[in-house]
Amino acid sequence: MSGSLSRAAAALLRWGRGAGGGGLRGPGVRTAGSGRGGGSSAEQLDALVKKDKVVVFLKGTPEQPQCGFSNAVVQILRLHGVRNYAAYNVLDDPQLRQGIKDYSNWPTIPQVYLNGEFVGGCDILLQMHQNGDLVEELKKLGIRSALLDEKKDQDSK
Amino acid sequence: MELSAEYLREKLQRDLEAEHVEVEDTTPKRCASSFRVLVVSAKFRGKPLLQRHRLVNTCLAEELLHIHAFEQKTLTPEQWGRELQK
Repeated sequence: MSGSLSRAAAALLRWGRGAGGGGLRGPGVRTAGSGRGGGSSAEQLDALVKKDKVVVFLKGTPEQPQCGFSNAVVQILRLHGVRNYAAYNVLDDPQLRQGIKDYSNWPTIPQVYLNGEFVGGCDILLQMHQNGDLVEELKKLGIRSALLDEKKDQDSK
Repeated sequence: MELSAEYLREKLQRDLEAEHVEVEDTTPKRCASSFRVLVVSAKFRGKPLLQRHRLVNTCLAEELLHIHAFEQKTLTPEQWGRELQK
């Protein structure tokens, strides 16, 4: 991604917050336009987490995480080359922020969902990354982790 | 509401019959009340990470309402033994 493209995306984020989803948010990352109001009932959240294979709820956005733990989730996904994931910024929507905690019965953000199922927060994702479980879970979703290709390169040297 | 590291440590030890608990108050590093905990308990055996973390969350349900950031590491006694050997 060229420097001017990421600057454009960052500018859009500053102006476009709350203006609805879509638009330039980075490679394949989408943001919920939950500005429709009350987009946080259990049914709506259920649909949201099932809409995409990889769904994360963050403080901030993948381009501008507002919290160290949310940033860690973003970086781990980036390491594995996961590009097409849905990222929802709870700081944009207090109802979403509380709603998702009630939905998963989990007290903190970030929250990671794989294939519609709650996986955990930053701690769990980090441990899964370290022990190889994340590569396996991604494989089950038909996503090939970039780390597998790295390893292959290393093995063939 | 008592939110000291000591209080959390005792509660975790008691409720999870833990053989080892460490609680670090990481509040100075963050903007609000935060803790990092390590819990070693036989109750975690055979349970996937999410279930283990939920056990801890349930134990500290009241306290977590007042904690802003929370990190946890949950190990079985066997895993802890291996960690110590590293």
